[in-house]
Amino acid sequence: MCLAVPMEIKSISNNVAQVEVGGVANEVRLELIDEEPKVGDFVIVHAGFALRRLDREEGLETIKLFEEGLNLELT
Amino acid sequence: MNSLEQKLKDPKLCRSIVGRINEELDGELRFMEVCGTHTVSIFQSGVRSLLPDGIIHLSGPGCPVCVTHEREVAAFLDLAERKDVIVATFGDLMRVPGPNKRNLKAAQAEGARIKVVYSPFDAVNLAKEHPGDKVVFLGVGFETTAPTIAATIKIAQEAGVNNFLVLSFHKLVPPVMKVLVEDPELAVNAFMLPGHVCMVSGLEPYRFLADKHGIPAVVTGFEPVDILRSILTFIRMRNKGEAAVTNGYVRAVADGGNPKAQAIMNEVFEPCDALFRGMGSIPAAGLGIREAYGDFDAIRALGLTLPDVPPLAGCKCGDVLRGKIRPDECPLFKKVCTPANPVGPCMVSTEGSCAAYYKYQI
Ligand code: SF4
Repeated sequence: MCLAVPMEIKSISNNVAQVEVGGVANEVRLELIDEEPKVGDFVIVHAGFALRRLDREEGLETIKLFEEGLNLELT
Repeated sequence: MNSLEQKLKDPKLCRSIVGRINEELDGELRFMEVCGTHTVSIFQSGVRSLLPDGIIHLSGPGCPVCVTHEREVAAFLDLAERKDVIVATFGDLMRVPGPNKRNLKAAQAEGARIKVVYSPFDAVNLAKEHPGDKVVFLGVGFETTAPTIAATIKIAQEAGVNNFLVLSFHKLVPPVMKVLVEDPELAVNAFMLPGHVCMVSGLEPYRFLADKHGIPAVVTGFEPVDILRSILTFIRMRNKGEAAVTNGYVRAVADGGNPKAQAIMNEVFEPCDALFRGMGSIPAAGLGIREAYGDFDAIRALGLTLPDVPPLAGCKCGDVLRGKIRPDECPLFKKVCTPANPVGPCMVSTEGSCAAYYKYQI
């Protein structure tokens, strides 16, 4: 039940966002998110509320640094 | 699929981390994850089968359904008997065994009005549709879930919905971890911290693990790379003789957590003692509804008490949740207790460690 899934914001009106993941659309409430979400952002959704914006750039950057740290021979 | 998700599952990257783990591991490492979603992910992704024998994985008290006490389940069942009440609940609670193995699903089949919802907010709409009844939402979950329910109570208050009530049996993760680490029999060297719980609470409440007990802990995401990387971090910290609480899930977790969610949760709830399945009462490990929101508190409004009931005979969930035994060390595992005929909650919940062992092991 603690499953929190990332979903993409398609539109926002009155503290409610339309979100989508894998073709499944849903409505989520925005009362709990601590930064102003924008259309196109991915948010982590739990029990019908967006809890946090997912920072994909940050994620990619971390992976890159990590790969470098492991000295992967990238093909 | 987006390249971030692909990279986080990339077999090549996973293999090279496993290679490092093998190279750098000195002796045995016993780590515990404190989140049901990690339990499932570690088995489902195949991460567990990649780990060397020296790495021992234990599942702790991080599945909210599993830690729900039998007295709490008995209270849910009593509530479902009331003629003027509609019970609204997340689906996972439906099959959790209470006294005499009875559960909400059986009560529903016998006519109790029980409605499965996906969001506590749906329960407010249900209350609007049934003005003559009381709609009681069963509030179960940790710091990830509690703010969603606190926000729902505030929304119901603003909308003047006065037949919506919450039975708050929410639980907090740090106090139960405190009990675990203070157990002299604890045999855990490192903790994988629950990513989504930390998304709300931040790292601060977990610093005591390293500062006071010298146990490293890493906030971890749910993809194979996240999990393997945390294990490598544990090994590296140990090899250097260090212990720290670090954030391995920066794309979703800020070190300070989510202050807005924390504020709403603290406005509506206050800490109280809580009953954990198999572990008993833990001080300040629960969240009760504050007096200011007492109109929404099912305990106050309906005068509910927790019935005294005997524990489930033979079930070793308490020992499983404390990492004292593995699920397959429970005498009932696979013999009497199966997902089709579960004895305890750890076998009922898809996030339970007994269910994960049953499904993915052997
Ligand atoms: S195998 Fe069944 S009876 Fe044993 S601890 Fe797990 S849930 Fe309880």
